[in-house]
Amino acid sequence: MSASAAEPLAPARRGRRIPWAIALPLAWVTIVVFCAVTANWIGLADPAAQELILRRKPPSAEFLLGTDNLGRDMLSRIIYGARTSLIVGLCAPAFGFLIGGAIGMCAGYYRGKVDLLLVGVIDVLLAFPALVLALTFTAYLGQSLFNVTLALGILSIPAAARVSRANTLAWGNRDFVLAARTIGASNWRILTREILPNLLPPMFAFWLVAMSVVIVAEGALSFLGLGIPAPQPSWGGMIADGREALDAAPHTALIPAGVMFLTVLSLNFLGDIVRNMVDPRRSAL
Amino acid sequence: MTWLSRQLLRLVAVLFAVTLLTYFIVNILPGDVAIVILGNLATPEDIAGLRKDLGLDRPMLVRYFEWLGSALSGDLGRSYRTSEPVAQAIIDRLPVSLQLMVMAQLTAVGIAIPAALLSVRKPGGIFDRISAASAFGFLAVPSFMLGIVLIYVFSVRFDLLPATGFTPMSEGLWDNLESMILPALTLGLIEWTVLMRVLRSDLLTTLKEDFILLARAKGLPPWRVLLGHALRPSSFTLITVLGLNIGGLIGGAVIVEQIFALPGVGRLLLGAIFNRDLILVQGTVTFIATSFVVINFLVDMLYAVLDPRVRHVRFRS
Amino acid sequence: MSEPLLSVHDARVGFNTPRGLLRAVDGVSFELNQGRTLGVVGESGSGKSVLVRSLIGLVAANGFTTIGGSVKFEGRDLRSLPDAQMRAVLGSEIGIVFQDPMTSLNPVMKIGTQIGEGLRRNRGLDAAAALKRSIELLAEVGIPEPERRAGQYPHELSGGMRQRVAIAIAIACEPKLLIADEPTTALDVTVQRQILDLLQREQRQRGMAMILITHDLGVAAGRADDIMVMYAGRAVEKAATRDIFRQPRMPYTEALLRSLPRLTDAAHTRLQAIPGRPPDAARLGPGCAFAPRCPYRTDMCDAERPDLTMDGRRGFACFHPVGQGA
Repeated sequence: MSASAAEPLAPARRGRRIPWAIALPLAWVTIVVFCAVTANWIGLADPAAQELILRRKPPSAEFLLGTDNLGRDMLSRIIYGARTSLIVGLCAPAFGFLIGGAIGMCAGYYRGKVDLLLVGVIDVLLAFPALVLALTFTAYLGQSLFNVTLALGILSIPAAARVSRANTLAWGNRDFVLAARTIGASNWRILTREILPNLLPPMFAFWLVAMSVVIVAEGALSFLGLGIPAPQPSWGGMIADGREALDAAPHTALIPAGVMFLTVLSLNFLGDIVRNMVDPRRSAL
Repeated sequence: MTWLSRQLLRLVAVLFAVTLLTYFIVNILPGDVAIVILGNLATPEDIAGLRKDLGLDRPMLVRYFEWLGSALSGDLGRSYRTSEPVAQAIIDRLPVSLQLMVMAQLTAVGIAIPAALLSVRKPGGIFDRISAASAFGFLAVPSFMLGIVLIYVFSVRFDLLPATGFTPMSEGLWDNLESMILPALTLGLIEWTVLMRVLRSDLLTTLKEDFILLARAKGLPPWRVLLGHALRPSSFTLITVLGLNIGGLIGGAVIVEQIFALPGVGRLLLGAIFNRDLILVQGTVTFIATSFVVINFLVDMLYAVLDPRVRHVRFRS
Repeated sequence: MSEPLLSVHDARVGFNTPRGLLRAVDGVSFELNQGRTLGVVGESGSGKSVLVRSLIGLVAANGFTTIGGSVKFEGRDLRSLPDAQMRAVLGSEIGIVFQDPMTSLNPVMKIGTQIGEGLRRNRGLDAAAALKRSIELLAEVGIPEPERRAGQYPHELSGGMRQRVAIAIAIACEPKLLIADEPTTALDVTVQRQILDLLQREQRQRGMAMILITHDLGVAAGRADDIMVMYAGRAVEKAATRDIFRQPRMPYTEALLRSLPRLTDAAHTRLQAIPGRPPDAARLGPGCAFAPRCPYRTDMCDAERPDLTMDGRRGFACFHPVGQGA
């Protein structure tokens, strides 16, 4: 873990990245994904099984990461929590990108009044503090994994629309698009065959970042008790639970916090790297 | 049409859309107010009666314009639960949120500006790399996580500062500040990263300008060149981001207010959501979104003060 | 013979680009006496601006840039001067005017403040005295209503006015050397002459030495005592202005002269452009850098680089100088 903390130093080094600056975040994300996918088969304790006699135990051979306030196995809860984070982190931006991406492409491609209208709508949506909107959504839709994902997905629409609009504007003027138009290609064909493939790399870079934002947002909602409902493990919820016992058993809050930090940091790292590959001009920043 | 009147028109349009959207979200979603107020055991007749009393049986658009009309005169309605006027509830909580916001921004700016200035003294140097690395690290720290860690370090381990709770300024300035340090630090430590990055990048651009060369040719020492010539023309993006942060923090600091049990607007909203106090939710969300939009508008105006070129374009021609 | 005001020996500036070392300035030497004007002429990219900026420390050595040679100003070695003393020399004894007054004036600072800044720093004037002197300077460089202008921002002035302000800044501390780096290139043709006249007038009145950098031989013609022609980072011809115009020796100088319009030419005479493009300074071969564009080129020119050979005040770097038979 100490090696991971030094990671961010790498990219500043004359712009040339040392391989482990890519390898470490990639390895961490792979481990998290692997554990989350195989959670049912790797012999974990039941994340919901309470053993009140064994509550708030520090890490030991029996419980690798200790137990929480209700005597549940922390390791198991962390891994099942990773599953929650990944489901939300993958699906919410995917939803937002599907809708927002389409909106942005239309705005950037047709321009004129369509653009003006859509940009206006996006501006209004962006005028809301996102967390407040997410709170309101989940509070009224009711708490469930699906609703949290839906709320965060809706919230990622404006940002996705902006990215796709900017890139569509940039690509829409290129010669190959004009060429396609002169040979009589339909708008639909130009959008899907000529512009969309060029849109995917920057969208992918943005998606990695959006993923870390959404994971944090899900954590925040669950931390406030308005995210994933109770027995189901979620990193944000675990941090909130651990907060009660900060003096007696700090590991109950600090371990999920550390895992979440490393995951978000790794995703940011990978997002940065992909973005630099996609758009070398921005790598200077 | 002048720039100013166009901007004002836009502001009004956005505010209208924001309030309308809030009203629809809050009212269209499931969760009947009458049931909430009367409880699950209420008879259908009772519920229908209350709905009529509250005016909930009329079309939503009609209710929205009624609500908008009274909101414009400062009346945001009364809480279904406590009958407290919503506007008053917000005003009571506002000073706490404002103090938190100001202290957080001071912390963020206080770290970001020196860090950016020291970074651009030698781009790629050791300080630049440390500050870039820590900014990248803090960017991955959500506020609820940092809040917990700070409480753990400063309150639990070393017992230097109170973990939660709020002391009003009337009960002693120091006690009041003490209760705000950790919350402000939590927000400040997260927000300086973005501020530092945009300022550093703008400074690097400005430092390539000819007028910086000319300033050096006047024999000014490097720090005079940085502070006197480079900082101000480089601060426009910083101001924008700062404006977004300030706007977002008026009532938007829900998490930090919750962690540290500060009675601010954010916590008012959270309580209202938990209690399904629709009219209170509507009022606070409107207030939060409105202040966000208005502050961004003011920041846009501030450009004109900072940059005489913009002032020229906007107000003279 | 008195010591020259500025004496530069074997100045070198290299940039470590990803494509290799770029020799922006490669072994340039010259001297400049009190009150004289040296015109430094060359195409963009010939290294003339980098040369002059490196002399006064505005281009400094770092991980990216290497600097060599010696620079003596009034007998002081500028290259070994401590930073603080270098700043003092720069602020009070050397003035500089840049090409584009749009970018060389700080957009968010009042004109009076920008002029007074150097005075306060280097002459120890207080704010009020500096402002008073700024207004006098504005009047001197021919700006009407100087009191009002001093309180305005650069964008409120026309390009020509701005360049006058830049000149006022440059001469504020009574420098002994004035560097004018393409001072008229960014201006309308109609005001170019006014600015050049103003520079010349100030120079005569104050007895300053001047380095006039330009890509236009015509600009240097009536105003420089001597001319140094630069190509690809090297000085390729040095001579008194009169001699250059009477008989250029270096084929590049000849080509530059031919590209100037003359009043004696018949209407519709085509100006002669120099064929080809300036060379890539990071990819120079062993031979003369001008050879690929030169009408007199021989195999020798590609194999070996001619050095600048001096003959009295005259010098050129060419194996086949023009007008050899004359």
